[in-house]
Amino acid sequence: MGIEQIIFYLFAGILLAAAVSVVTVRNPVYAALFLILAFFSSSAIWIMLEAEFLGVTLILVYVGAVMVLFLFVIMMLDINIDIMREGFIRYLPVGLVVAVIVAAEMIYVLSSESLNRAMPVAKAADYSNTKELGRILYTDYVYPFEIAAVILVVAIIAAIVLTHRKRAPNVKSQNPSRQVRVKRGDRIKLVKMDAEKQPEAGTEGGK
Amino acid sequence: MDNLISIWNLVPEALQTLIVILLKIVAIVLPLILAVAYTTYAERKIIGYMQVRLGPNRVGPKGWLQPIADTVKLMFKEVILPSEANRFVFYFAPIMALTPALVAWAVIPFSSGMWLADINVGLLFILAITSLDVFGIILAGWASNSKYAILSAMRAGAQVVSYEIAMGFALVGVLMAAGSLNLREIVEAQSGGITQWFIWPLFGLMLVYFISGVAETNRAPFDVAEGESEIVAGFHVEYSGMAFALFFLGEYANMLLISAVAAILFLGGWLSPFESIDALTELPYIGLLFGNGIHWFFIKVAFFIFLYLWFRATFPRYRYDQIMRLGWKILIPVTLVYIFAEGVAIYLGWKPWLS
Repeated sequence: MGIEQIIFYLFAGILLAAAVSVVTVRNPVYAALFLILAFFSSSAIWIMLEAEFLGVTLILVYVGAVMVLFLFVIMMLDINIDIMREGFIRYLPVGLVVAVIVAAEMIYVLSSESLNRAMPVAKAADYSNTKELGRILYTDYVYPFEIAAVILVVAIIAAIVLTHRKRAPNVKSQNPSRQVRVKRGDRIKLVKMDAEKQPEAGTEGGK
Repeated sequence: MDNLISIWNLVPEALQTLIVILLKIVAIVLPLILAVAYTTYAERKIIGYMQVRLGPNRVGPKGWLQPIADTVKLMFKEVILPSEANRFVFYFAPIMALTPALVAWAVIPFSSGMWLADINVGLLFILAITSLDVFGIILAGWASNSKYAILSAMRAGAQVVSYEIAMGFALVGVLMAAGSLNLREIVEAQSGGITQWFIWPLFGLMLVYFISGVAETNRAPFDVAEGESEIVAGFHVEYSGMAFALFFLGEYANMLLISAVAAILFLGGWLSPFESIDALTELPYIGLLFGNGIHWFFIKVAFFIFLYLWFRATFPRYRYDQIMRLGWKILIPVTLVYIFAEGVAIYLGWKPWLS
């Protein structure tokens, strides 16, 4: 067994154990942490497949951004785990049926003819997965890529429009550009006046 | 010597690679920790002089041993676990804060030939690893079972996720100019003297990158995650002793990392500004100083660290909504316009940088 295989089985084992833990641990924060571990292990496996761009992007997008927001939400919620666990036995048969169907489908797909290919040969050391991906995305698949980008932009705008609330009319808010443009004359008025005599000491409570 | 070489040759090849890699890691991490210690000293001294004070001057000559004394003190303090805190996550969080700050140094090229790993996606790797720092803060905030800590964690999380976008766009500009994600190739693309550095065509992106870097490391003026006046000390309010020291180490290692990456991307890393002036580089002895070398890298990193300290002594802390406004409404649009303009410039072949 070569060193590569040892590393592969190490990461694959961690990935499976972490994925199982995500659904079995009681504490939702631990579940999120195990999901992060699962992302890390799969990223390592992708990097071993010479897909370093996808591997690093997985960490950047899912671990660095999505999971941060996930943890946010989980920490803010006060989740009562006992109530969530109540129907476990009742829903177990349905869950088992779904699991068996998914497993059967995966076995069917993985054993089909179209996936029965020769072992791919490792690329040379100067092969850049990033460059190849970029080349293919902007030449062969330029239209699907651009259309996907437009759909994503539409989705972002839709999400903002749906959740955007109008401010109540009496809420005070700041306009930074107006604040910056404020001049001394708008705030301070200097008054010229003659000196006045202080009132006698003792007449106003001894000031 | 011959004996040693013969013993070394007896070691299996796989083990040899492993030993060399481990030695390289030690050679990077040990000076890094020392640099962190003396960055804290520099911070206190520099801010001291800026405020017409002396700064630490009691321990050792001119206070040089102050960082050592601080470390020893922190090591002997008790680590207190707050009541009802989550024990595992509480002890795990400082580790999560420090590890990414050290891991990212694996791909930093210090000088020509001096690096641990020369990978194709170095820039993306740095961006991905620095985005992990926030987990230490979020987990610490949650596990401490403290209102102040969780507020700080929320602030830090939102801030880091927001500024990562601006930082990513700034890096896109660099990779467009260099045509590579590999840090060594980015430095080599800037060779040919000070006029070739990316700071000139990409000055705006450098500003955006460094501002985002300051925000990402939760340093003044973006240190609302600590905000003494509002939330005591923020996420590390419940930490003491070595656990607190790990957060501190992580923060300063991250500052050094952001400075190192800024030096590599915009100031040509280890390249000398006098590279193209043969009259200087061919002088006997001192020609070495004027040539390329690791000393230029250190000078550039020190410059950015000085900026960090200068900011801290100069600017008052931003209000939270102002931070968000700066990130989303100013930095991100600026980078988008800059990248578009850069694309046009590359298309038109703007000599000597973007051709």
